[in-house]
Amino acid sequence: MRHLLGTDAMSREDAILILDTAAQMAATQEREVRKLPTLRGKTVVNLFFEDSTRTRISFEAAAKRLSADVINFAAKGSSLSKGESLKDTALTLQAMGADAVVVRHWASGAAHQLAHGGWLHGSVLNAGDGTHQHPTQALLDAFTMRRHLVGGGDRAAGGANGSGGATRSGGSGHGEAGDRGGEGPTGKGLDGLRVAIVGDVLHSRVAASNVPLLTTLGAKVTLVAPPTLLPVSLRERDGLDIHYTLDQALDAHDFDAIMMLRVQRERMTGGRSAFFPSPEEYSRLYGLDGERLRRLPDHAIVMHPGPMNRGLEISAEAADSPRSVIVEQVANGVAVRMAALYLLLAGEDQK
Amino acid sequence: MTDQQPTALVIVGARPYGEEPQDIAILDGRIVPVEEAPEDATRLDADGLILLPGLVDLHTHLREPGREDAETIETGSRAAAVGGWTAVHAMANTTPVADTAGVVEQVWSRGKEVGLVDVYPVGAVTVGLKGERLSEMGAMADSRARVRLFSDDGICVYDPVIMRRALEYVKTYDGAVVQHAQDLRLTEGSQMHEGEISAELGLAGWPAVAEESIVARDVLLAGHVGSRLHVQHLSTAGSVEIIRWAKSRGIDVTAEATPHHLLLTDESARGYDPLFKVNPPLRTQADVDALREAVADGTIDIVATDHAPHAAEDKDCEWASASFGMLGLETALGIIQKVLVDSGALTWRDVARIMSEKPARIGRIDAEHGRPIAPGEPANLTLVDPDAAWTVTPDGLHSRAHNTPFGGIELPGRAVATFLRGAPTHLDPRFEGVLA
Repeated sequence: MRHLLGTDAMSREDAILILDTAAQMAATQEREVRKLPTLRGKTVVNLFFEDSTRTRISFEAAAKRLSADVINFAAKGSSLSKGESLKDTALTLQAMGADAVVVRHWASGAAHQLAHGGWLHGSVLNAGDGTHQHPTQALLDAFTMRRHLVGGGDRAAGGANGSGGATRSGGSGHGEAGDRGGEGPTGKGLDGLRVAIVGDVLHSRVAASNVPLLTTLGAKVTLVAPPTLLPVSLRERDGLDIHYTLDQALDAHDFDAIMMLRVQRERMTGGRSAFFPSPEEYSRLYGLDGERLRRLPDHAIVMHPGPMNRGLEISAEAADSPRSVIVEQVANGVAVRMAALYLLLAGEDQK
Repeated sequence: MTDQQPTALVIVGARPYGEEPQDIAILDGRIVPVEEAPEDATRLDADGLILLPGLVDLHTHLREPGREDAETIETGSRAAAVGGWTAVHAMANTTPVADTAGVVEQVWSRGKEVGLVDVYPVGAVTVGLKGERLSEMGAMADSRARVRLFSDDGICVYDPVIMRRALEYVKTYDGAVVQHAQDLRLTEGSQMHEGEISAELGLAGWPAVAEESIVARDVLLAGHVGSRLHVQHLSTAGSVEIIRWAKSRGIDVTAEATPHHLLLTDESARGYDPLFKVNPPLRTQADVDALREAVADGTIDIVATDHAPHAAEDKDCEWASASFGMLGLETALGIIQKVLVDSGALTWRDVARIMSEKPARIGRIDAEHGRPIAPGEPANLTLVDPDAAWTVTPDGLHSRAHNTPFGGIELPGRAVATFLRGAPTHLDPRFEGVLA
C-alpha cells in the first residue's frame, strides 16, 4: 500500500491485513509503555483544511505512539474563501520532507489529487474529503464490529446480560484484544453480519466508506434514510437494501450493528433547501430511542462516528446504554490509524 | 497583415464537401471561375484534401475584455484560424459584460484589427448577466457590431417573464435568444452529472432534469410568442426528445451540441482532474449516443465549441474550486471527424452544414459566411486533411490557456489551411514556400 485514499477499491486481503495489524497495535496499548519505536525518524504531517479536533488528535496520538515526528498544519481556505492552493501547500510539505500526509479537506477528491498530482512523494492518508471518503473511520467501525461480533463462537453472549458493557469478552479492559486470551477474529471478515446505517447517506463520507468496506468484508448493509438524503442513483440500483423509516428496517431485519450518522445542522436549516421538515420529525422517524433500542437483538451494538446530536439522531438512553460502543470506537480509531501509518510507512524501506 | 498576401490563388485537386475533385480559383477575396484566374496565380496542391466553407462557431469565449490572462481576441482568433474557423461568436460574459453597444463595438473592432477571423459579439440578454432587467439589445443590434444573438451564457435566463420579454423583444432585429438551459435552483453547488459516479465521488450532482425542464419551458415560450430560440450545448437524451418534439410542432428552435459532449462521459471525472469539469457536465454514454444520433438526423442543428479558456490556477486546484469549461476551437473538427464522419453517421457535406452553413444562418451572418463553394461567393474556406492524424498536446495549442481535456488523444484529421476572404489565416507547414 502506498496511499490510503478510500475503501471502494480496497481488497478483502488488504482490509483484513489492516484490521489484524490494528489488533496487534491495540494489544501493545495494553502495555505499561505504549510507545513503539517503529516510525522513529519519520515525519507525519496532519494537514487539516477543515476543523476536526477528534480526527486530528486521533491521528496525532497514533503517529506519536509509533514515535514519528508529527507536524500539525491547519491550512486556511474554504470553499468560500480561497486560501493557499492545494498545490502550493503540497509543494511546501514536500519541501519539508513529509513521509506521510494525513489530509482532511472540505473538497471531495482532494486526497486523490494530493496523492496523484505529482506534487509530493510521501504517502497520503485520507482523513475525510468532502462528501467522498473517510477510510480510517470505516476501518475502525469494521474493527469494532469484528471485535464484538466475530470470533470464538461467543457471538450471542454480548450485551444481553450487560456484563462488560458492550464488549462481549467481558472483563474490565474495554475489549482490548489482549483480554480475549486468543486470536479471536484475526484473519476474519464480517461475513453474514447485518448492519444498518441510518441517516444522511447522501452527504456522509462515513457511509460512503462503510458501504463498500463492509460489503467487501462480507457483511450485508441496510441503508435507512429519508429519500431526500439518499443518492438518486442508489435508489435506482438493485440489490441494495433500503428502508425509508427506521421502524420498517427494524421490522425487516435482526441487526447485528446499527450505525447512527450525525445530522448536519445545515441539512435542516437550509431554508428552502432543507432536506426534511423539522428536527422533531427526523427524530420521530429516524432517531434511535430506548424503545427502538429494545427491538434490536440482544447482542446488537450501537455505533456513532461522533460527535453526536443527543436527542436528534440518538437519545441519551441509547447513547449511554451498555450496547453502545461509541467511546470504544474512539479508542479503536487510534489502533486502526497506527496500523495504517505502520503499513504505509514501515514497509516503505523494503520496496 | 493579410493584405500583403497574393490575391490570386488556385486550389488544385481538393474535393469540395468531400465529393468530386474540382479546382477552385480565388481572386481578390472571392471565388471565381477557374478560367478567370490569372496565369501567374499561385497554385496550391490540395490533392486528397477536403474543401469546406469556412467554419462558423456560434459559441466561443474570447475572455477579452477582463481575463486577458486566459485568452485574448488575438490568441483566440489564432486558435480559431488554426482550427479551421473563419467566424466566431464571442460570448458576453466578459468583464465588463457585453451588455452595451460600447463593449460589443470594442470586441468587434478588436476582432477586425486582428483580422484572423470575423468576430461577432453576442450581446447579454440582461444587464450584467444578472437576470433582472433587459440590456439595451436595440443599441447593440444597431451598433457597428450588428448583434443578432443575445445570451447570458454561463448563466440561464431563469426568470420566465424576462425570458418571454427577451424572446419577444429580439424580433425587431430578427434576432434570437441563445439560452444556457440550467435550472439554477436545481443546480446550486453542482459539480458534475448526477448519477452513480457523482454519488461515488462525493461530488454534488447536476441532474439532467435541470437542463430539460428549462428547455421544455423555453420551447413552449418561443412557440407561444412566435420567436426564435437557440438552445446551447444540449447535453442530455431528454433535451433531444424535447427539441425533436418542438420541431415537430413547428416551433422556431435550433440547438447545438459541443464536441466534448459528443465524445466524453461522466466517467472522466473519476480522476478528479478539473480539466473535465464543464457546464453542462459530461453525461452518460446513453446521452452521448442520443446526441450523436440527433446531430446525424438534424434534430440538433449545429456543433459549437463552447471554447472556454481558463488560467492555470483556475484549473490546478480542488475540483469544487475549479472553473467550469474547456478549450475547443482547435480540436472540434478532428473530434467531429472521429465521432461522426469516420463512423459513417455524417458526410463532409453534413459537416459543412452543421459547422458552417447552419450556424451562419442562425447567427444571421449568412451573407458572408457559410456560403456555397461557388464562383462569386466570398472565399471563406477551410482545407481539411482527413488523414493527418495528430495527438493533442496542451502546449501545442494556440490559446493562451492550456485547459484542454483532450491532451494525449489522437484525432484523425485537422484543418491544414484556412482562408478568410481569400487570405490565408492558417497554413500547415507543408504549404510553406507556396504561400507565406
